[in-house]
Amino acid sequence: MTPSDPRDIFRQEAQDLLALLETTLLDLEHGPDNAELIDTTFRALHTIKGSGAMFGFDAAAAFTHHVETAFDRVRQGKLVANHELISLALRARDHMRALIEEPEVDAAAGDDILAALAVIVEGGAAPVVAAAAPVDAKAPAAGQGWHIGVRLPQDAMANGTKPVLLLDELRELGAATIRAVVDRVPTLAEIDPTGCYLGWEIDLVTAAPASAVEDVFIFVRDEMELTIAPLAAAPDAAPPAISAVVVAAPPAADKPQAKPAASEPARDAGRNAAASSIRVPAFRLDELMERVGELVITQSRLRQIAALSDDNQIKAVAEEIERLVLELRDTTMGIRMVPIGSLFGRFRRVVHDLSRDLGKEVDLVMHGEETELDKTVIEQLNDPLVHMIRNAIDHGIEGPSDRLAAGKAAVGRMELSAEHVGTEVLITLKDDGRGLDRARIRARAEERGLIAPGAVLSDSELFQVLFLPGFSTAQTVTSLSGRGVGMDVVRRTIEALNGTIDLASAPGQGTTVTLRLPLTLAIIDGLLVRVGTGRYVLPLAAVEECVEMTPAEDARARGLSFLGLRGDLVPFIRLRELFLTHAPPDPFQKVVVVSASCGKVGLAVDQVIGQHQTVIKSLSKMHADIDMFSGATILGDGTVALILDVSNLVAYGQARSESERRAGGANGRSAA
Amino acid sequence: MAKTILTVDDSASMRQMIRLALAGAGYAVLEAADGAQGLATARGRAVDMVLTDLNMPVMDGVTLVKELRKLPTLTGVPIILVTTESDAERKAQAKAAGATGWITKPFQSSQLISLAKKVLG
Repeated sequence: MTPSDPRDIFRQEAQDLLALLETTLLDLEHGPDNAELIDTTFRALHTIKGSGAMFGFDAAAAFTHHVETAFDRVRQGKLVANHELISLALRARDHMRALIEEPEVDAAAGDDILAALAVIVEGGAAPVVAAAAPVDAKAPAAGQGWHIGVRLPQDAMANGTKPVLLLDELRELGAATIRAVVDRVPTLAEIDPTGCYLGWEIDLVTAAPASAVEDVFIFVRDEMELTIAPLAAAPDAAPPAISAVVVAAPPAADKPQAKPAASEPARDAGRNAAASSIRVPAFRLDELMERVGELVITQSRLRQIAALSDDNQIKAVAEEIERLVLELRDTTMGIRMVPIGSLFGRFRRVVHDLSRDLGKEVDLVMHGEETELDKTVIEQLNDPLVHMIRNAIDHGIEGPSDRLAAGKAAVGRMELSAEHVGTEVLITLKDDGRGLDRARIRARAEERGLIAPGAVLSDSELFQVLFLPGFSTAQTVTSLSGRGVGMDVVRRTIEALNGTIDLASAPGQGTTVTLRLPLTLAIIDGLLVRVGTGRYVLPLAAVEECVEMTPAEDARARGLSFLGLRGDLVPFIRLRELFLTHAPPDPFQKVVVVSASCGKVGLAVDQVIGQHQTVIKSLSKMHADIDMFSGATILGDGTVALILDVSNLVAYGQARSESERRAGGANGRSAA
Repeated sequence: MAKTILTVDDSASMRQMIRLALAGAGYAVLEAADGAQGLATARGRAVDMVLTDLNMPVMDGVTLVKELRKLPTLTGVPIILVTTESDAERKAQAKAAGATGWITKPFQSSQLISLAKKVLG
């Protein structure tokens, strides 16, 4: 690790502390007496203040000091961490973040927070930083110096004070004559070898003030006996108990040597002692994942070669390597996994602030915070989830009076949960609000021409129009939920993560939003298919089933783009036609039925090859506008297979069948 | 031989700052992130001085001082508290438990080095 700027480390640290502060404050709201939470809050504030002052974040440190003072009083039981104080502390926390991260921020912006804090803490009086008591600097001696009497506490030496060093320090102030006082030295039988029994009488010739002498003893000042008198006034004769032992100046050896090499072993030892988790830059993890991906590809080549070989030893090694590679892949993917709690934690604040602004009361309950998900996925989930939470509080959950009128508890309930289901993560956001208004959604959708008037739609199909660009049923646009530009962006973000989003709602009982996301974006389980001479990969999670078309069925379906599947009509696309393949078709075409959020579609291919570990390589920018493919992968024999973008293919298939249906009504069947 | 200073602080930036300052002055520096780690480190290694924060998770500074003073090898080893203005009460407790001295945040590297010289010689 390269030694970096402590200021940067502090910023990183402050970020963590501020996040901790936020969670703790929110927890504290539910348990205002929890001593541990109060302690954690105080400690976080204390560290921000202390380290902030160390690294030049003076404004942040000064500001934090007042908040710390308030929580110190809470700690001492003199103040209750009530709703008001916590809300204020949360605002203060935001201001601290601004002060630390944006140096040009207006420090005065925190003044109203401090004023409000002062009202809570002092009942009106502005918090006053205890001014350091002016040190009583005795005037420098009129004469030439000081007569000093020193008696250290008996445990001073055991506690790390080295009298010789103190006397040396005095000597640095001027010429000193030092006599040891031995009257308190016990007999040998009673002596504690670590005890300090000697006292000293010192005549110090110096121009330094008495405070400089006191400073020498600063650490033991409170426990020791120290007399400082002007030298001239001191009695010439030493008191009777003083013998004439003069402490010799120690040789000036044993000084620390300035050798940079000394810091090396120190660093190693520091590392051993440091905490058991380490920070790694994200790009290193991406690199690692990349390498493992290459390894998986190379390994599948090895497997192919081994499969063709007669050499059993090679086969055995290939199998062993396959096992190791898969373990390595799982471990590496595990490293990238982050508990979703880190993301959920942020929402408590969103709910807290939003419900307060809207005059609603909302309880946020979270389950499955420990569920792990790829870090890139988690990062991209923030905005969509915030948007949905806002929608739920703004449009879903009613105000307290409406709720009571509807026979519900005044406090709304919102449930955010995450769980693993197979290779996916299911995230659900459930509220107990008024639910989606079907009639209004339908009316609006028809008005906007998004659905045909009178079309028969299932709930799920109807709710999908909420995700269409420009759709919004909010009668008054609030600043919070935006202007209907949100849900389509939400869906696009989720689909970019290869996920799906679904809505379910019961009138008067609430709405449930369900997100399904793949565990990781880097490697997926795929189904390898062949179309002509080209090979393609379908994400296995999207595949519903594979069916075979007999030549007879095939002929019957010619020109048609629907397939009868157990009574259902499923639109299907002949990939051979879509990809303009000229190689002779296989006599038995296979249809892979895939599903996406907007329905099912069958994909006719020449051959279903089988399951394939797919390391996803993104396409270059030059191919950014090709929406049939979401990426590419390298197969065991070194050839490239394109990964089909299922949701775009399904949308394409559905749209084409829709237009055919319309065209079919007017002038008969059109060509596929 | 370079003297060894153990710095115990839950703030990585503080430890970094202390390490840079003291290593630059020729001291060997050990680090620990809380009192319990600090105690374990002090048990296993010879240290010439301990610098400890007061407010730490797991084991706080006051307890650390008490525990360190129970170790025969730590007898006479200076233990310096890294404090702030508002720590007065805890500082007094730690002092009573056997701390040697203190340094108040914010401080400059040079102040830390002269403190080390003051108590280590």
